[in-house]
Order: sequence, then structure tokens, then C-alpha cells
Amino acid sequence: MIEEMSAIVLEQADRLFQQHVNKNLLTEADGGKWPAPLWKALEDAGLPLALVPEAAGGVGLAPGTVGSLIRRAAFYSVPLPLAETIVANRLWADAGGDPLDGTATLAPVNPQDCLVATPSDGGVVLRGTAHNVPWGMQASTTLLYARDGSGRGVLCRTLPAKVLPKKTRRNIAYEPRDEMCFDGVELAANNVRLAPDYLGTDGLLAFGAAIRAQQMIGGMERCMDYALAYANERVQFGRAIGKFQAVQHMLAVAAGHFAAASAAADALFEFERLGDDTLSVAIAKSRCGEAAGLVAAVCHQVHGAMGFTQEHPLHFATRRLWAWRDECGSESYWQARIGSMICAAGGESFWPLLTDGGMPPRPNLTARE
Amino acid sequence: MRAFRFESLTLPPAAQAMRRKVRAFLDDERAHARYAAHRTSWSTFDPEFSRRAAAAGFIGMTWPRQYGGGEYSNLERFVVTEEMLVAGAPGGAHWIADRQSGPQILRHGSERARRLILPRIAAGECYFGIGMSEPDSGSDLAAVRTRAHKCENGWLINGAKIWTSNAHRVHYLIVLARTEAPGQDRHAGLSQFIVETASDGIEVRPILNLAGGHEFNEVFFRDCFVPDDMMIGRPGEGWTRVTGELAFERAGPDRFMSDIRLLIELIENVGRAPSERQAIEIGRLVAHFAALRRMSSSVAGLLERGESPVTEAALVKDAGTAFEREIPEIVRKLLPVEPSLDDDDEYSQALATVLLHAPSFTIRGGTPEILRGMIARGLGLR
Repeated sequence: MIEEMSAIVLEQADRLFQQHVNKNLLTEADGGKWPAPLWKALEDAGLPLALVPEAAGGVGLAPGTVGSLIRRAAFYSVPLPLAETIVANRLWADAGGDPLDGTATLAPVNPQDCLVATPSDGGVVLRGTAHNVPWGMQASTTLLYARDGSGRGVLCRTLPAKVLPKKTRRNIAYEPRDEMCFDGVELAANNVRLAPDYLGTDGLLAFGAAIRAQQMIGGMERCMDYALAYANERVQFGRAIGKFQAVQHMLAVAAGHFAAASAAADALFEFERLGDDTLSVAIAKSRCGEAAGLVAAVCHQVHGAMGFTQEHPLHFATRRLWAWRDECGSESYWQARIGSMICAAGGESFWPLLTDGGMPPRPNLTARE
Repeated sequence: MRAFRFESLTLPPAAQAMRRKVRAFLDDERAHARYAAHRTSWSTFDPEFSRRAAAAGFIGMTWPRQYGGGEYSNLERFVVTEEMLVAGAPGGAHWIADRQSGPQILRHGSERARRLILPRIAAGECYFGIGMSEPDSGSDLAAVRTRAHKCENGWLINGAKIWTSNAHRVHYLIVLARTEAPGQDRHAGLSQFIVETASDGIEVRPILNLAGGHEFNEVFFRDCFVPDDMMIGRPGEGWTRVTGELAFERAGPDRFMSDIRLLIELIENVGRAPSERQAIEIGRLVAHFAALRRMSSSVAGLLERGESPVTEAALVKDAGTAFEREIPEIVRKLLPVEPSLDDDDEYSQALATVLLHAPSFTIRGGTPEILRGMIARGLGLR
């Protein structure tokens, strides 16, 4: 029953993406045009509330299904904060809030940023700047994670109109990634809620990284599709270039990275664990990021000069891969986190850490041989 | 893109219980100093260890009880395999028989072969070698020239195999031989045979590997008799049989954990407070390793459902052996040491051992060049 519904929702979403997202829409989005009819269609299909439990007025899809949905949206390069909105709605619902209006984004999702919420008049006053906020000034709501005076995590809902935009900027896929200063923003009590207790010390960063990991899987799949089709149709030296061993091997290696990245990202299909399962998030984000760079490079190589034009749609996918791998913590950021965790535990704890989900090592495994 | 079947899989509670069981066994082995952790564990031949592992139920785990098996799932076997590798256990004697020869006989062997051989493998007393490569037929396996001629009650084998690991100390080889003259279809006319190494007409000559070890051999067959019921499958099915066997051979944790002990020793030697560069490189290796584990366990899940995931297995092996090859190179960068087999320092010894074995990782069981061709076929390019 649940599986059936998941399949229906995914199919319906795929149809919507296919219907609406074409070269024209993506080119306009690159130029800054907001695809309002597309968002309306996604909203009508209930997708922003995909992860919100039915009891809280949502669709109640399984996180695995939503992971696939995010991959599909990325496959089509949907130029909207759909994934951010889905996650923001779930977090806000779990904190006891009602569904958010319109689109939403998450802040901060940059490893260096930290926001502070000081209690004031029953509400809070915010302090801090968030960098590279996805769709920051365009999303209807910004869902913030901040620490209050006693170190507790709170979720705050604010409107971009209240915020001092320090700088609007775009990533290399021309998706908005704005710098937002929250200094002095006052929020009433109904806009502040204690964060769900599954949010760990990384706050929203872990969720942002999980979103980007799933998106990179979708983006890589699109690139591979383009490259495989092109390799089979482009003829040089009297045969399709896909018949040349050099080309076959490049694509085979790319397929291996894609498969490994997918396997790593599949580990993130338990929503509530994203908050504290830093190791799985770090593994997925860094493995996907490394694969994304390689897959994009191979797919461009296969396309030759044609891939380096605006005429061929490959760039919509590859520019996103190059942007997403650096967002919400780059490969080296997450790799360093993994390495530090593993080394801090010691060589003989490496294995229990991976297999027992962070259980402390048993004493007889720490003994040197 | 044609999807490969790497479905996400959570290890069932039974597999976690099996993990505790095999860890207890390995802890006990080490507590009694019955073996030293080796750095190329599954090529270390130790019959005593194999017998103890068998007694504890860790060989032939998935086979039916009537053939000495434990009727466990492939996922329980997967867990045991990775625990053996991470502990550096010397499983080389039974490895091939347990991993591929036994399953091959169980699926396609005669009833007599099953009864005669499988219980002995499961008891840790009977070991196998792989008779595929020949002096003129390495990656191009279909070019094998070893012939089997029909005779009364059986077949007479003539020809030579090479790179046959452990031929001098195993009980059987599974030999791929031509039973019909090569025709248009070069994959036709091949058959697989279970050949007893104690048979008349077999001569084994050692070939030392570059590390100085004797694992490889060249094996000569002169009118070597094999009874009818020691053929695997039917005459002419050899290519299909050998391809299926390779699906067992290629996707397991032994394709990315051959030198996992070196990674563990690197982490141990780097210490609790790594430099940023050390943390990044170690973190990257761990991320690769974790992804490979998930891919490999999902192939174990496919085998459990009775499928023959040939392309997926090729993907795991290509990515897995690339990872194995990378470990010693990264170790060198992060914590330089001049490797020496004579060193008192275990780390230096470990690096030396791995460096001297690493070239084999991307040759045995199918080279990346062959695997990538198979993957390309799976992608629709061939």
C-alpha cells in the first residue's frame, strides 16, 4: 500500500518535471526568472509536504521515497528550492509548527556559520550572518537554526523581508546563494520553537549536506544518460565513438563512481538519523562530491566541443554538480571530519565504528596484536 | 541509464548476531596467539586455521545441511567474510573452495560430486584451485586450448594451466577445457571439470611471485582421467558456468579488503590527533570503503535471491581493487617510512608486504581492462 503510493507520487512528480522543465525554462531561470507555474504545479501535487506526517497535515511519504523524489528533481535540474522546502516543512512540523507557506530554505548550511537567538519579550533577537543561503532572498520563509542563551537549539521562522541582505550571489549554476545578515532581527514567540531533539550539533548543515548528496545522484544520472546516448549516436572514424575502448573505459569508470556514490547516499534514507549520524552524512556527501567531479569531467569529455556550448543541455546538469559538491561542506571538509573521528577513536575502533554504528569498541579489540 | 541493481540493504538481525559470533571466535584465536594478523589474509594458507574455522561453522555457511553446510543466508556469510578480513585471519586454504568452487559444485555438480566433496570443504579439510588461465590465454579466457577428449566413463585432459594458486597444496582444481574444436562461436564447446590434483597425469611446477612467495604454479595435464560425473554442468556449458562462477568470485569483500590491515595500521600510527591532510586522506579512504561495503552487501543480497549479478560484480571488483591499490600509495604520502620486510617496525613491514603484493590485486580474478568492457556492455555501449 505504502509502496504503491510512493510509486504513484514519484511517477506523478516525474511527469510534472518532464512537462515543465525544458531548455527554455532552465535558460530563463539562469537569467533570474522564477518559474511560478512550475512551483504552483508542485504545490498542487502536495510535494512541499511530502515528508510531513499525515497526522500533521502532510503526505507522509517514507524518507527513502523522498530521497528518490529529490534525485528526480535534480535529474531534471528543477530550478527551485523544492528539497529545502520539503525538509524545512518536516523539521518545522516536528518542532510542532504548522505547514509553512510557499517555498522555504534552510540556514545556516555553511560549516563556518553559527546563529545566536537571545530571548527577548517572549520571542528572540537574532545575531549572526549566514553565507550561501540557498534561494535565501527568494524563498518565502527562511527556517533558521540558532542556539539560545543556554545552548539549546531553536528553530526560527522568518521572512526574507526582515533580513538585511548583505549580498545576493549565485552559484555557478546560477542558483541564488545569498549572504544574509540576521543581526537584530526580532521574532515573536510563535516564530520560535525548540528544535526537534534529533538535531545534532551540526544543526541544519547535516540536512543540507544530505540534500546535496541526493541531488548529486540525480544530476550524475542525467549526465550519464546524455553521455551514453551521445556515445552511441556520434560517429567518428566510421563508427559510434561508444565503440572505442578508450571511451567505453572512461564511461565504465564513471559508472563505478556513480554506483559507489549512490550506495553511500542510500545510507541517508532515515530522516531522523541525519541529525546525529555524522559519519553517514559525511561519507555520503564526500563520496558523492568526488564522484560528481569525475562523472561531470568524463561526460564532458565524451561530448567533445558540443558539451561546451549552451546549445547542448549537458551544462545545466554539470554546472549544478560543480556547485553542489562544494555546498554544505566540500569533500575535503567532510573527509576531514571523517578522518578526525576515525583517528580519535584509534585504528582498532575503525571497524566497530563502521559496523556497529558508533558503538564503543570492546576492550579485546583494542589490544595490539 | 540502465540501472545497476545495487539496492540498499540493511543487514538483518541474524547477520548482526553472526557478527558477534565470528568476532568471539576470532578474539579467541588471537587471545591464544593461534595466528598473527596477516596483511594479505586471504592468500595466507593455513590448514589448521581452516579446520578451526570450519569447526566453528564458518565454511560452507550457505549450503544445505545434507552437504555439511549451515543453511545460513548470503548476508550472514558476507559478515563472516568481512570480519575474517578485518581481523587478518589466514583463510587462504579454504578461501577459493568456500567462495566459488563449492557453490559451483552445489549448483551445477553431479550428486556424487556434491556428496563426495562438499562435506569435506565444509569441514575445512578440502581445498580448491582455479584452473582457468593458460600460458596463451589470460584475459582472453575463451582462447583456452586445454582439451578434454571423451573416453570410456569419462574424459582425458591434456594441456596446461598457469597462475594456478596453491595447485601444489589443494585437493582439486576446477579446470576449464575445450570439449569441441573451436568454431564460429568461440564461447561454445567449453566445459568445466573437477580434477583431483592427486590424479595420474598431473605435474605441478612452482612459479615464485615477486614477493618471493610460492602460491602460483604451472600445471600440466597428460591424459589425466576425469570421471563423467566430475564434469560441472553439461558438455559445452563451460562458458556460462565459468561466467556464473566469476560472479561469486568478484563481488565479495575480499576485492577491497586485501590490505585493510594496512589502513588500520596507518590510522593507529597517525595517532589520535591527525594533521588536516592526514584526516582528509584517511577520511576519503573510509568513505570509499563504506560505499564499497554497501555495494558488496547488496550483491550478496542478489546472490541470496538466486540471481547472477555479473555486471554488478564487475563494478564492485573494478572499484574495489582500485581502492586496494590506492591504500599503500596514500600510506606512503601520509606517514613516510622506508618499507622493509626485515624491519622490527610492524608498520614498515606491513607497507613492504602490501607493496610487494599490490600488483596482483588488479590482475587476479579479471583485470580492470576486462571488467570495464563488461561494464560498458551493461551500459549498452557494446
